[in-house]
Amino acid sequence: MNYSYFPGCCHHTSAREYDLSTRLVCKNLGINLTDVPDWSCCGSTAAHSTSRLLALALSARNLALAEETGLDVTAACAACYQRLALARHELSGDGDLMKKVNKITGKKYRGDIKVKSILDVVHESAGDQLETMAVKPLKGLKVACYYGCLLVRPGEISADDPENPRKMDIIMEKLGARTVEWGYKTECCGASLAVSNEDIVIQLVEKIIRNAVLAGANSIVTACPLCHFNLDVRQFKINRNLGTGYRLPVFYFTQLMGVALGLNFADIGVYSHFVNPTKLLRSIG
Amino acid sequence: METVSLNGLMESRDFTDRVCRESGQPAGNCYQCGKCTAGCPLAGTMDIPPNRVMRMVQLGLKDRLLNSQTIWICAFCSTCTVRCPRGLDPARVMESLRIMARREGTALKGRGKKVHIFNDNFLDSVKRFGRMFELGTMVGYNLKCGTPFKDGDTGLIMFLQGKLKFLPEKPREMDEISRIFEEVQRMEAEQK
Ligand code: SF4
Ligand code: SF4
Repeated sequence: MNYSYFPGCCHHTSAREYDLSTRLVCKNLGINLTDVPDWSCCGSTAAHSTSRLLALALSARNLALAEETGLDVTAACAACYQRLALARHELSGDGDLMKKVNKITGKKYRGDIKVKSILDVVHESAGDQLETMAVKPLKGLKVACYYGCLLVRPGEISADDPENPRKMDIIMEKLGARTVEWGYKTECCGASLAVSNEDIVIQLVEKIIRNAVLAGANSIVTACPLCHFNLDVRQFKINRNLGTGYRLPVFYFTQLMGVALGLNFADIGVYSHFVNPTKLLRSIG
Repeated sequence: METVSLNGLMESRDFTDRVCRESGQPAGNCYQCGKCTAGCPLAGTMDIPPNRVMRMVQLGLKDRLLNSQTIWICAFCSTCTVRCPRGLDPARVMESLRIMARREGTALKGRGKKVHIFNDNFLDSVKRFGRMFELGTMVGYNLKCGTPFKDGDTGLIMFLQGKLKFLPEKPREMDEISRIFEEVQRMEAEQK
């Protein structure tokens, strides 16, 4: 399987371990990723809250560059995925808008290639090989799979069921982990409000963590850098501000896949989280 | 939550039409079931809940809407959108209202102002570097908000994990990025 890969602006900073583990896991699964040449920011929330044309054009530039490679494009970051997929959806359905946006970017985007989230790509191509590939099954892990918003909503671009997504659960189960049933799978973590209005996000995230714990989880798995940052690093502020004592490790799903595939922990960045998962990982198998 | 006076119904038909057009949402189809508000994770912190925003759009209550905190607090999580029994997309309506508030130069305060500063700072980074430069964006935001040391603790955590980059990474064709910003500005000025 060959895809062009959109790394996203956080790929060397806050989401470095997501990028590292994604690349390594894909390599092991026989999924070839080629970076979108000369990619730039997808525009994220800031652009679509400011100007519809700006949001579409920033994404369309990347879609055009990806299209030149002839490969469908995938993004690991849920926010990048949503922006690219929504731009594709809107532009493909509106020829005039497509022309207008191409005039802005100076590129010839046609809408030929598909946009897929890395969760979708991995879920699709991993299939049955996962059970046999798990050299270190994730026994003892009880994971709460957290999908958040951007991966599954709105419906036009949903990488999975918007109310009860299962793809991450299926992958985790195949790798030997137990998944918990819980009601906060797709509840919003507040995303970038965390920077501007942290008090709101602390409340939202506390509810998510609390419900994962109540459901019996000993870790959370995500597929989004914004969610990861909010759930992991903000546990520290939640504990400080609300007097709680949460220590729930939060992983990217690709990291736990890497653990099960026997990859080197340091290579997939499992030690670069705020909540240290060493003890939990030692208990596996 | 405040009470909305429905005296002087239909303040601005023109506004209603514009929101419907720009968001692509026939807001008139909303029958006020309240499902959007019931599922909205942020309804508790909004000054106007989502279903009421929809009603106020129907009534053309422009000033109240463009000055609301709600339109900035909305995180575009689209929970409302996937659940609306009328197939409406309230998240899209919120987005259009945010864009309009900016275009009209609405003076922002409170939470909305902070979101706006964050967005501006983010886009400024994209304009200058073609990508969002995390450290620069955070520091710039905190300086503009007058809270230079906010997030110092999270910043320190990131630094210790080797996750802070002190220099931005740029795409090669920066002129293509500048072109996008310039062209959008030009086209939008023409539309006015
Ligand atoms: S869910 Fe839809 S129909 Fe119901 S109040 Fe909200 S926008 Fe209106
Ligand atoms: S998109 Fe906005 S209004 Fe709709 S549920 Fe999410 S936060 Fe609430």
